[in-house]
Amino acid sequence: MVSLQAKIRQSFVTHVNDDRLMDCMRCGFCLPACPTYIHSGYDETQSPRGRIALMKAVRDGVVEWDGSIEEAFDLCLGCRACEPACPAGVQYGTLIEETRDAIVSAKDQSLKEKVMRKGAFDHLFADQRKMQAAVKLVTFYQKTGLQKAVRKIGFLELFPSFMKDMERALPEPPKRKRQSGLQRPVKTKVAFFTGCLMDTMFKETNRNTMELLERLGCEVILPKGQQCCGALQGHSGEMERAKRNALVNIEAFDDVEFDFIVNNAGGCGAFLSEYDRLFEKESPELYAKAKRFVDKQIDISSLLVKLGIVAELEKLPSTEAVEIVTYQDSCHLRNVNGVINEPRTILKAVKSSVFTEMPGANLCCGSAGIYNLLQPEMASRILESKMEEVKNIQASTIITTNPGCLLQMKVGVEREGLSSTARAMHLVDFIHEKIIQ
Amino acid sequence: MNERVMEQLIAITGSSHAKTTTAQKLAYSYDATANFQALPDLVLSPSSIEEIQEIVKVCAAHRVPLVSRGSGTNLAAGTAPTSGGVVLLFNRMNHILELDEENLTITVQPGVITREINEVVESKGFLYPPDPSSMKISTIGGNVAENSGGLRGLKYGVTRDYVKGLKVVLPSGELLTTGGKLTKDVAGYDLTSLYVGSEGTLGVIVEIMLGLIPAPKTKQTLLVFYDTLEQAAETVSTIIAAKIVPATLEFMDKGTIETVEDYMKIGLPTDCEAMLLIEQDGEPAVVNEDMKRIHEICQEKGATSTQMAQSAEEAEQLSTARRIALSALARKRPTTILEDATVPRSEIANMVRAIQEIAKKYELLICTFGHAGDGNLHPTILTDVRDGDEMARVEMALAEIFTQAIQLGGTITGEHGVGEMKSPYLEWKIGTAGIQTMKALKLAIDPLNIMNPGKIFAKDSKKRVVVQNG
Repeated sequence: MVSLQAKIRQSFVTHVNDDRLMDCMRCGFCLPACPTYIHSGYDETQSPRGRIALMKAVRDGVVEWDGSIEEAFDLCLGCRACEPACPAGVQYGTLIEETRDAIVSAKDQSLKEKVMRKGAFDHLFADQRKMQAAVKLVTFYQKTGLQKAVRKIGFLELFPSFMKDMERALPEPPKRKRQSGLQRPVKTKVAFFTGCLMDTMFKETNRNTMELLERLGCEVILPKGQQCCGALQGHSGEMERAKRNALVNIEAFDDVEFDFIVNNAGGCGAFLSEYDRLFEKESPELYAKAKRFVDKQIDISSLLVKLGIVAELEKLPSTEAVEIVTYQDSCHLRNVNGVINEPRTILKAVKSSVFTEMPGANLCCGSAGIYNLLQPEMASRILESKMEEVKNIQASTIITTNPGCLLQMKVGVEREGLSSTARAMHLVDFIHEKIIQ
Repeated sequence: MNERVMEQLIAITGSSHAKTTTAQKLAYSYDATANFQALPDLVLSPSSIEEIQEIVKVCAAHRVPLVSRGSGTNLAAGTAPTSGGVVLLFNRMNHILELDEENLTITVQPGVITREINEVVESKGFLYPPDPSSMKISTIGGNVAENSGGLRGLKYGVTRDYVKGLKVVLPSGELLTTGGKLTKDVAGYDLTSLYVGSEGTLGVIVEIMLGLIPAPKTKQTLLVFYDTLEQAAETVSTIIAAKIVPATLEFMDKGTIETVEDYMKIGLPTDCEAMLLIEQDGEPAVVNEDMKRIHEICQEKGATSTQMAQSAEEAEQLSTARRIALSALARKRPTTILEDATVPRSEIANMVRAIQEIAKKYELLICTFGHAGDGNLHPTILTDVRDGDEMARVEMALAEIFTQAIQLGGTITGEHGVGEMKSPYLEWKIGTAGIQTMKALKLAIDPLNIMNPGKIFAKDSKKRVVVQNG
């Protein structure tokens, strides 16, 4: 029987690209950008440079694989703040995904994790109907007070305690209603990537997204058959599953004519915009198709700015500013897609509030996909310091552009007992409130 | 290290401040130097001078090597734990202890990030001039141990010029205090100076008192581009000859400009051969006058274009562009081997030319950037450690670069330190008498050789290569 050591090492050789590892010259410029490095009290083990050194050491057989190495990889948020900080252009996001792929491929997953992965990936995120059912279930908990019973049964015990806070922070389930009609002559045809979480737990936000786009003269098309982007699978070493989802989406969006494919979830958007990397080694036709898909990607804030939302907001009657609004970056929107200014530009144009930049807004909030479920301790530490900043600037509205961050901010508001003075909102909902309601 | 000693050491900091796992040891096995790696036995984060004294005593009793480490940005393998043992971290000793505005000093613990010192003193109207390119990452303890330079070295000097006093835990565990808030102090040997740049081989620096100067009132930043390296080099010597000492006078060659632009995307022209980044600070009238004259000299020497920074942000962006040059160069090839051969500034043009010839001779890609104003160049060999044949040529090229620098009246290292990497070449620069004197000092202070062993002094010196002049 082949030993786990040999299996792991071989799997790293197969999955983790040596040239990509060699791109890191260990200058350390990534260190101040890494939330886990900072929140671990400057532990090199929890830094991008340290993790890359570990990947290389495992691949080269310099160290024996053990739990401490796995933990270093597990604790990575995957926020990719190290990438814009890296002058050498190391593709860290790809490396950590390759690493997780290597680990998952090599070893049997622990039972606990397996149950969760199966639960989350095979059922919820892959199947839109199931996701909707899950939301109904969550709704059912909320409405019936069944939460306590469920907790006793122990399903939630599979998830760390963080899940409980998270559940409390879940938004109220949306009520169905008709969308508003077109407000301007159609100039832009936009295909809307609805996203699995966004289309279920945050359905209201999706509806608002469409209304805003229509108000600004878009025809919004919802291609049928689209499903979860696959980011959560991809980030967790389930690369084959991620590719399956990607393929479905590329097909779903390939037969419709449109100017943009818009999304309102930073995490999804980043993954969608890198679909081509998944098919680098596949047939040229498939790669080209993926590239076509990628080239049309845009996030909602960039599209709103392009469509003239700022002028639209400035047309509103001037009122006295009544609250302080701040913005928590979506890591992937910022670090992968480089969208930094657009959400801020939009928020600054709103007259009824004052935009205040939150120190460290560029640092991950600790949500990081399902990181907060897998690594509750580090996630909590990060969230705590985030909420400190919210209090310091006295913000009453925290704006995000990604469902994970939004949930995390809601958890933070709940936990700190700020729910009477502060709220967390998606950018779209906030703007919708100003323009349409 | 045997288990009993390990337990004794861990008991000093408590187990939550000791790192012992495989992953942790690996993460402290390297610094920013390519191709050097060694695992420590234990990594400790003490919280006080007393704890460090205890640690050193245990290490001395059991002959355990001790390597002090800041953020691991060393470029000469100075912080790689070559002989194993204990890596000592300062992540818990990272506080600013006192800012004395009357005596113009700031007292800090070694783990403070250099940049933080800059920010704190600037907010009070002072300047701490040393600004190594890694200042956002590096610790002040590391800067002092390496006597780091930076972009402002030409006008303001290096770390040594600002260290007023130190607290050092000696290899015996005793605490030594040197210097103080004094402008004049000739009480015996200058031990402060001895410890600055001692690369962790003479003890553990545990507290640092730095001198400050009033912040200059204004600053201007100019970028200048050239078609030839010689024109840029001549500009440098002409500016100095015109009795102007700019705060910053930095140089980048074509290859460096390309990679920096690739990362920063700030519109640097990639069709020029050389670029100078020139800054002057001080009284507004003087700065205006100096910059006007500098501009004229640049034109006389054939600059193809010049560009003045229009705002503080733009100026900051330009110096950032220079600071990330080394890391950006890593885009070109898998391995970057950096040197910091330094020559008298009048020899800059000759040194740049020599580097080009060496690159051609050994068929290597060498990009050069550096502190042209103080003669401190960073020729960087872009290579691949996996290519044995090429690495052999890299070795030969390095030796020849050192030889050339020394022949021009220069040194093997201007600001990065000797560490492990350059130890075989030290004798070339300081001679047998130099090595003997340094070894005598080391032996007298650290007779058990527990402080960062394997650094500065090589087992064997390299045989010196003979280079034909001309």
